[in-house]
Amino acid sequence: MPNKIGYYGEWGGAFIPEVLHETFREFNQAFGAVRHDPTFWAEYCDLMSTYSCRPTPLTHAENMSKKLGGAQIFIKREDLNHTGAHKANNVMGQGLLVRRMGKKRVIAETGAGQHGVATATMAAKFGFACTIYMGEEDVNRQRPNVFWMEKLGAEVVPVTSGSKTLKDAINAAFRDWVTNMDSTHYVMGTVCGPHPFPELVAWFQSIIGIEARKQIVTQFGKAPSRVYACVGGGSNAMGIFQGFLDQPAVELVGVEAGGDGLTTGRHAARLAATDASAGVAQGYKTMFLQDSDGQMQDTHSVAAGLDYVGVSPILVDLWQQGRVRFEAATDREVMAALDETVKNEGIIPALESSHAFVQAYKEAGQLKPDEAIIINMSGRGDKDIFTIANAFQDPSWKRFIIEKGKEYAAQK
Amino acid sequence: MRLKNNLAEALRHKDILLMTHIVLGYPSFEANREVVAQMVESGVDLIEMQIPFSEPMADGPVIIKANQDSLARGTKVRQCLEFAAEMIATHAIPFLFMTYYNILFKYGEEEFFADAAAIGIQGFIIPDLPPEEGGAFLERAKKYDIAPILIFAPTSTDERMRVLAAAADGFIYCVARRGVTGSQTSFDEAFYQYIARCRECAGLPLAVGFGICDRQDVDAIRGRAEIAVIGSEMIRLVDEKGASAVGPFISGLR
Repeated sequence: MPNKIGYYGEWGGAFIPEVLHETFREFNQAFGAVRHDPTFWAEYCDLMSTYSCRPTPLTHAENMSKKLGGAQIFIKREDLNHTGAHKANNVMGQGLLVRRMGKKRVIAETGAGQHGVATATMAAKFGFACTIYMGEEDVNRQRPNVFWMEKLGAEVVPVTSGSKTLKDAINAAFRDWVTNMDSTHYVMGTVCGPHPFPELVAWFQSIIGIEARKQIVTQFGKAPSRVYACVGGGSNAMGIFQGFLDQPAVELVGVEAGGDGLTTGRHAARLAATDASAGVAQGYKTMFLQDSDGQMQDTHSVAAGLDYVGVSPILVDLWQQGRVRFEAATDREVMAALDETVKNEGIIPALESSHAFVQAYKEAGQLKPDEAIIINMSGRGDKDIFTIANAFQDPSWKRFIIEKGKEYAAQK
Repeated sequence: MRLKNNLAEALRHKDILLMTHIVLGYPSFEANREVVAQMVESGVDLIEMQIPFSEPMADGPVIIKANQDSLARGTKVRQCLEFAAEMIATHAIPFLFMTYYNILFKYGEEEFFADAAAIGIQGFIIPDLPPEEGGAFLERAKKYDIAPILIFAPTSTDERMRVLAAAADGFIYCVARRGVTGSQTSFDEAFYQYIARCRECAGLPLAVGFGICDRQDVDAIRGRAEIAVIGSEMIRLVDEKGASAVGPFISGLR
């Protein structure tokens, strides 16, 4: 697919400071070696089936299918991974790679905290030292994940520069790496950043699509008509899409964060809206939400995991080729789809994943009952109880927190 | 070639040159104006002017904050070019732009080169643009005679240094240590060996930067490299003591 090393069409590349040149040379070499070593993939699959819950099931959402009266809706259950999301696929894979490279310390950026928790879990299992960079604002918003990262033995460093969110955490992780590259591997959380990260992360995440392609044929007898996935950086989408890229009849739909709406300026839709433009930052070339001077802009989404200025170069190329269609779901639509899924199916999608549900529910009725669609449920929502309860403005939850606050205050 | 020739001329009179760093629009263009005047009066030989960027990946806390504050005050690329034009018209020393690649990319690389050349900028330092990604950039640098300053790091192999040196012009920016700008560097035996390697692999003058703060540091470089770069320390000084402290500080460095 890449025409120049690390390029997808005109997107991608490796815009890295010179001090990391040698580190990337070694990293590319190590990745090249495992990529062509079938025992590595076998080791990876074995780890994911014993430490996590792979293969994850494909669930037929019968009630929602009936209710919407169109296509049969299937849900790929990445929520049933260890640590509750598809993030584990990438992180455990990179953990095996780090072990082969002989490094002893891992660092990572995290937005909502999912990738941080997954990385801290991997570090605990493999015995690596671990530092997680997290925007100060996210540290304040995502205390439960910070709690678990610290319990897992990671050091969580709040990042106070820039907008104090995910992109600033990425910058901070790079700054650590340029200082400690000999001992340390940077476990990038998504299919973004300088080559070979997009290719590496997409490779580990392809396990989702490999499974889903087989499962839908076994359970439904044929390929799906459409596949839906939410897109922040794009790793869960790339994961499932890769299972169907060579089947042109399967339409692939990426759903971005529409935030308050695409015309409000408060969203994180790079491809579904017209606000983004080509740029180079954070080590790669992609479509960024930036101003006319090239300064990155603030983004907004109810789902912290989709709240990012850039998007995978691989997905931008697939979008340009017309292979992947991009849509956006607003915060309000997301809460409604989440509510409906919980009540009708007894399944709690993460706020990020709920974006994919929104678009699938909008379109299911256009298709016939003898067709299938797949929604990639990238993560589970119940562990984000603080965020989701807050987004629902649930009154009894608020009372509980107030009471708990009083109790803690009295203990001081 | 212009920058290289200008440096060769300056080196006929001095055994070590000083290059200083400012972040445009921080704390303000007015302050920049006074700081540059003091730098030139006290004998600074060339100045790198950083156009602020929202994602300054290779910089440390002092320069990150300066980038951020400048942007928060509304600094635009256009204003940076206007200010640079004024400085170049006022002072006789070479001026360079330091920034990240997205600033050029978004402005239009060709337009940026043309506009920078028109005002007399003599070099570009773009830390996130390795030569592998900068084919067109390097060609334009030749066309407009704006020196592409490439960076050596202690992690660079000899082979890599030779590749970089072949593409570079003006001088080589030797990063004294790993890490980002603004923290301390120890000038020890390993450092001297590294600089000796840089010398062997490059036919251009060497500038040493990252963590240079006083006369002792400048003395450690004298005789081994041609240019000492004072970056974060300049910004720290202006933050703490104001623009008027710049002249005396520079005069005390060599």
